[in-house]
Amino acid sequence: MTRKGAVESAMRTVLLCAGLASLLIVAMTGIFILREAMPAFREVGVWRLLSGSEWRPGQELYGLLPMIAGSGLVTLGAVCLGLPIALGCGIFLAETAPGWIRGVVKPSIELLAGIPSVVYGLFGLVVLVPAVRGFDYPGNAGFGLLSASIVLAVMILPTIASVSEVAIRSVPDEYRKGALALGSTRWEMIRTVVLPAARSGILSAVVLGLGRAVGETIAMIMVIGNSVMMPSAMGGPLPGIFLSRARTLTGNIAVEMSYATGLHSSALFATGVVLFVLIMLVNSAARALMARNAGGGRG
Amino acid sequence: MMTPVKALLAASMTALLAAGCGNPPDRAGDTGDSTDSLGGEITVVGSTTVQPVAEVLAGAFEELHPGCVITVQGGGSSVGVTSAGQGAADIGSVSRDISPGEFAEFPGLVVHTIARDGIAVVADPGVPVDGLTIDQVRGIFSGSITNWSAVGGPDMPIVVVSREEGSGTRGAFEELMLGEGVQISSGAILQASNGAILTTVSGTPGAIGYLSFGYLDPSVKALSIDGVAPTPANAANGTYTAVRPLNLVTSGDPDGLARAWIDFIYSADGQAIVVEQGYLSVNG
Repeated sequence: MTRKGAVESAMRTVLLCAGLASLLIVAMTGIFILREAMPAFREVGVWRLLSGSEWRPGQELYGLLPMIAGSGLVTLGAVCLGLPIALGCGIFLAETAPGWIRGVVKPSIELLAGIPSVVYGLFGLVVLVPAVRGFDYPGNAGFGLLSASIVLAVMILPTIASVSEVAIRSVPDEYRKGALALGSTRWEMIRTVVLPAARSGILSAVVLGLGRAVGETIAMIMVIGNSVMMPSAMGGPLPGIFLSRARTLTGNIAVEMSYATGLHSSALFATGVVLFVLIMLVNSAARALMARNAGGGRG
Repeated sequence: MMTPVKALLAASMTALLAAGCGNPPDRAGDTGDSTDSLGGEITVVGSTTVQPVAEVLAGAFEELHPGCVITVQGGGSSVGVTSAGQGAADIGSVSRDISPGEFAEFPGLVVHTIARDGIAVVADPGVPVDGLTIDQVRGIFSGSITNWSAVGGPDMPIVVVSREEGSGTRGAFEELMLGEGVQISSGAILQASNGAILTTVSGTPGAIGYLSFGYLDPSVKALSIDGVAPTPANAANGTYTAVRPLNLVTSGDPDGLARAWIDFIYSADGQAIVVEQGYLSVNG
């Protein structure tokens, strides 16, 4: 074998190992978390863990439903608040932005993605929590789902904006030209031709944003109140539920891990397993959507 | 040929190596002129309340006995018990009493109470209430009293702030103030450290929480309980009763360095450090 060939095949092996390493790390993390969670699954039971509405480790009560509801609602709130802005941003960048504005907006969105989440949390704690406290509503102290949803909406904005921009950009130009030639205005073209063609790409942008939202930890701990309770509207109209305090799955682990032992610790690992499965579902949904998008773009 | 810089580097490396070999004399088995036979390394793991004072006590001891290294780590009171019980650490630190369950799991545990610490109920300074009865405290933290007007204040909702489940400070508060069968309301805002409690209570109108004496500062109002103000003097003379022990635990009777360090903590110098750090001496 020539020297060149030897280097070539050695490099291929090195790269293969690097690729396999990431697979190995995911598998080992999963197995480790699952192993540590086994006592909780065995002693408390999977169903009781998932459906129990009381979390009182001091009395051996381990129900994750309040945290599942908390994570779900805060994610829903973040998508409702963040999606219109993020999608508008993506359309603007892909379709209507003049070059120089694009040159300013695009880097600033990328910068937004790079800000550490603890900084967002601090902003939420100092600015949003006192502002939300202004709503006169029973039990409202500013800490809760609304403050957390706003923080999270800003945090998922860069993901949704940039992925949906790429999706909109990948719509073939012939579609646009055709629509304009048929007499539609710019907005009609975007609404009736470009957005439907980029639909699955935009959907996968949203799902990626969801994944980011479900996993966020420190910023949530700082503004959501961390109370172990089923979020409720406290007797008021249903949207009042967002003024309720809550706790996320990630927050449950981070707040209690340092003091937990025995079954309590295992139940926190079980929380980790629930998160692991949730993120896996969200990511595979995103992959499936992107695969469909790639196929649809060519066809 | 050696350049001046290289020569200098080589010289300093040699000096460093020589110093490295010579130090510390105790560990090298130096029996000559040294009267200090103490040496070695121990680890202290556990309560984040005990951690700051333990670090100062470790530093003072290391200064007296240069050959010794005492490493202090946090992790929480429960971690302190487990680490000492399983032998993962030489000493565990625990900011509450050891539970019967823990003694059942680790029967060999020996408890050394090195200091005492009061727990104060604190409120947002904007609340014009200066004291509560113990029953009012129970009512507020369990969620049956929800407005300051019920305890002599203005019409203002009470926002309960608490530590998370498993915290030594929470455990001690539940035991000393709430008593059996009273649970902290599930609607309480939970924060994971004394510092976060301080920030939340001082920044939230109508908030109430509880803190270790060591963390009290003017940004919150410490409330009297049944007419007794939460001060170190009242805690020392026994009129303020929400006082918990700060403990070190060892598996069996300690010996060697661990014994020497614990003896140092009980000495007048050690207890002076305890008081300096805002806690109560165990020598009365």
